[in-house]
Amino acid sequence: MNAARPVTQEDLHAYLDDELDAERRGEVEARLREDAGAAALVRAFAEQRDLLRAAFDPVAEEVVPPRLLAVLAAPKRSMPWRAMAASVALLAAGAGAGWVGRGVLAPPETGVAAIAREALTSFATYGTDPARPVEIKAADRADLLRWLSRRLGQPVSAPDLAASGYRFLGGRLVATPHGPAGMFMYDDASGARLVMLVRPVKTEREAPVAELAEGALAGVSWAQDGLGYGLVGPATAKALHPLADEVRRQGRPAPAAVKG
Amino acid sequence: MRDLLSVIQPLIPRLRRYARSMAGDAATADDLVQDCLERAVRGWPKRRPDGDARAWVFAILHNLAVNRLRQAARRGVHVALEGSADPALASPPAQEDALRHADLLRALDTLPLDQRSVLLLVSVEGLSYEQAARVLDIPIGTVMSRLSRARQKLLLALDADQSLPCSRRVK
Repeated sequence: MNAARPVTQEDLHAYLDDELDAERRGEVEARLREDAGAAALVRAFAEQRDLLRAAFDPVAEEVVPPRLLAVLAAPKRSMPWRAMAASVALLAAGAGAGWVGRGVLAPPETGVAAIAREALTSFATYGTDPARPVEIKAADRADLLRWLSRRLGQPVSAPDLAASGYRFLGGRLVATPHGPAGMFMYDDASGARLVMLVRPVKTEREAPVAELAEGALAGVSWAQDGLGYGLVGPATAKALHPLADEVRRQGRPAPAAVKG
Repeated sequence: MRDLLSVIQPLIPRLRRYARSMAGDAATADDLVQDCLERAVRGWPKRRPDGDARAWVFAILHNLAVNRLRQAARRGVHVALEGSADPALASPPAQEDALRHADLLRALDTLPLDQRSVLLLVSVEGLSYEQAARVLDIPIGTVMSRLSRARQKLLLALDADQSLPCSRRVK
């Protein structure tokens, strides 16, 4: 009934930018079918947009310089407590695990609490890396597992969390105060990442799942059969428990599976 | 409470892209982003918690970029994007694309700042008109008219350039 409404130049832009409601979009489309000049203009504007994106999108793919990440991770002491509490969460994580106040330079903990901290550090370093979060990608899973198993001195496997909605991205060897550890990374459909760290533990060969949570990140850690595991992600500890259960259920690989 | 890290950190690549497209060279752009993040950390407790955090942090960056570019213009410093070895580009484009990109950036540089920012926020950053209006603190109608003028002007600037494959006569 508003068919008489003239289609303006601004309507063409709003059409291109998907800002029109269904009725108006229909009117503009009708006009474009009849008016070759208007249709050519919309195509030209679309090409222009594609050119601009092609020119600048690579910037968003670059690795974020550490000095920018550091602004969020290490706020000044004069900040209001609320902002500080929010932004140091990544490094200070875990009131429940008794970590608050220790600071990042505190002596390393022992047992499974240490593994959760190491997983958190790995998440902060690699989990936030848009371009190269892992060194060996999922496609080379067998190579990754051979390498990690050799460096950790015992067979390790990358748990399959696909049934829980997490895709395996790959992994790498990382350094911890307690020696080398294997890091596996996953992401879900929304791009949220999950880091799992695994390394041998000497003191507590078996330890139940302990959790920590602070701000945006949560972690769970445990030990099973002489290996310590830490699982960290931007979720609640409660949400991580089913994943931890799944990892525990899958357990160690049969040695043959690693050698192959 | 929504956490500053979980909201702001994922935006950093986009903030860097917008800063680079506005400021030209990578070092200036990252200085702007760093300044923006510091202000975002300080201002976080005072922002409206129900507001659009993305528009909020882009507004901080936009205002810093505009101030910086206007100061540079007053001092006579040309911060425009020139040449085929353009610092605005993340990586050196392939040889056949270099001219095209250089032409595009030169054409972009002919736009007034207020038109250029609307164009980049909508076309490259993918902001809705409403979000762009919030970032720029202008009515949506002004977003639409500036966007229309910016695209038309950029089209003419590119059209004047024979090397662009998308050149066409606009009726």
